[in-house]
Amino acid sequence: MSDAQPVVEALGIHKVFGDLEVLKGIDLKVNPQDLVFIIGPSGSGKSTLLRCCNLLEHPTKGVVRVVGEEITAKGVDINRVRQHIGMVFQNFNLYPHMSALANVTLALRKVKNIQRSQADEMAHRALTRVGLDDKATSYPNELSGGQQQRVAIARAIAMEPDVVLFDEPTSALDPELVGSVLGVMRELRESGMTMVVVSHEMRFAEEAADRVLFMDEGVVVEEGSPEQVFRNSQHERTRSFLSRVTEH
Amino acid sequence: MDAFLDQFFNQAVMAKYLPDVIGGLWITLALAGLVIVTGILLGLALACLRSFQIGWVNWLIVIFIDLFRALPPLVLLIVGYFGLPYAGLQLSGFAISWLCLSCVLGAFAEEIFWAGITSVHKGQWEAARSTGLGFSQTLFCVVIPQAIRMTIPPLTNRTIAITKNTALASVVAVQEMLTVAQTSLAYAANTSPLTLAAIGYLIVFLPLVILSRWIETRFAWKR
Repeated sequence: MSDAQPVVEALGIHKVFGDLEVLKGIDLKVNPQDLVFIIGPSGSGKSTLLRCCNLLEHPTKGVVRVVGEEITAKGVDINRVRQHIGMVFQNFNLYPHMSALANVTLALRKVKNIQRSQADEMAHRALTRVGLDDKATSYPNELSGGQQQRVAIARAIAMEPDVVLFDEPTSALDPELVGSVLGVMRELRESGMTMVVVSHEMRFAEEAADRVLFMDEGVVVEEGSPEQVFRNSQHERTRSFLSRVTEH
Repeated sequence: MDAFLDQFFNQAVMAKYLPDVIGGLWITLALAGLVIVTGILLGLALACLRSFQIGWVNWLIVIFIDLFRALPPLVLLIVGYFGLPYAGLQLSGFAISWLCLSCVLGAFAEEIFWAGITSVHKGQWEAARSTGLGFSQTLFCVVIPQAIRMTIPPLTNRTIAITKNTALASVVAVQEMLTVAQTSLAYAANTSPLTLAAIGYLIVFLPLVILSRWIETRFAWKR
């Protein structure tokens, strides 16, 4: 797989907010069907890096390519590019005034201009994949956090993206609901979806990730297989972070 | 007590002037309806326009809404009715009242809609934009529907408060309910027509108050 064109390629990403340099020259390469896991303490810039991949944040410096296209270049139609990059948020961000089905079909109809009947069919398929087709007519407030997040995943995958970005997808969930969301992510991974995940679910990272990046203070401190990073980390910072998050 | 009843509830006077007051009620109703529709649409349009954050456009919008929120509607009506003809623009009292009150309601409604738009969580914008929806699509499909629901309680209150100002149109010769009642009062030398007008206002505005209550519960949703 290594010689295939990367789905996401970020080179030399810097991001400055005011006086604060959040990202200090990051490289990220995500190959097709890879699950890349980004871990690190809060404030390390991992969410910002993720958000640079679909330009929810514009990198101050650096280049982002998605399936070979330089999306940071001038004049790129970002709305066209974003159709191919799904994103799942910490707080789900479902549209509260729409049913689960309408949440999923909105972009299919308005961005991809797919007719309602066909969009409904695609949405039902996506909801079935996350195990929630029976909740298609429910509104977000009628769903549990775990169910809302799975609808949000359905909303992302219904667009048939090249990659899905997960920004701490289980951080806002009650512990007993985390498993259902991770289960869906595991199924996606097995079906070959390319994924970039920012999360604190270390056990999930260990079993499912192809590659783990450890970030701290805006740089990638360590990068490798889960085995390498979790069992055999080369840097003191990585070890002290891992001992802090796994001790309880 | 008899004198009071004779002054305010004289049935003979009421019966005589009832048709006139009802005629005025229709004018009030028409003016109120027009003001509500154009005022709220104007406010919504301005709030949407403001979302695009175009520097000089926002300036004009802010000047417009501050002006119409600061000036008393009565002053606007008088200036419009007696002043505009000197500028070569002769409009009927009804048109002036409609225009002025629409602008006042539009100004307040804009501020309320704008507050609603800005209070929609940033994550809603990000979620919609991340699926490839453009700025306008996100505004109209995702943000505005949520903003409208949030703004219904303050908006209905403000709408009722401003729409009641249709009574001010009596100063610019509009034959609305209060004008008619005052004229009748003068002819009859009896205040019973005013009682009729008061009842008339209740008939117009009480349903509006009840409707707003119904809309509030209808559109409420748990977060």
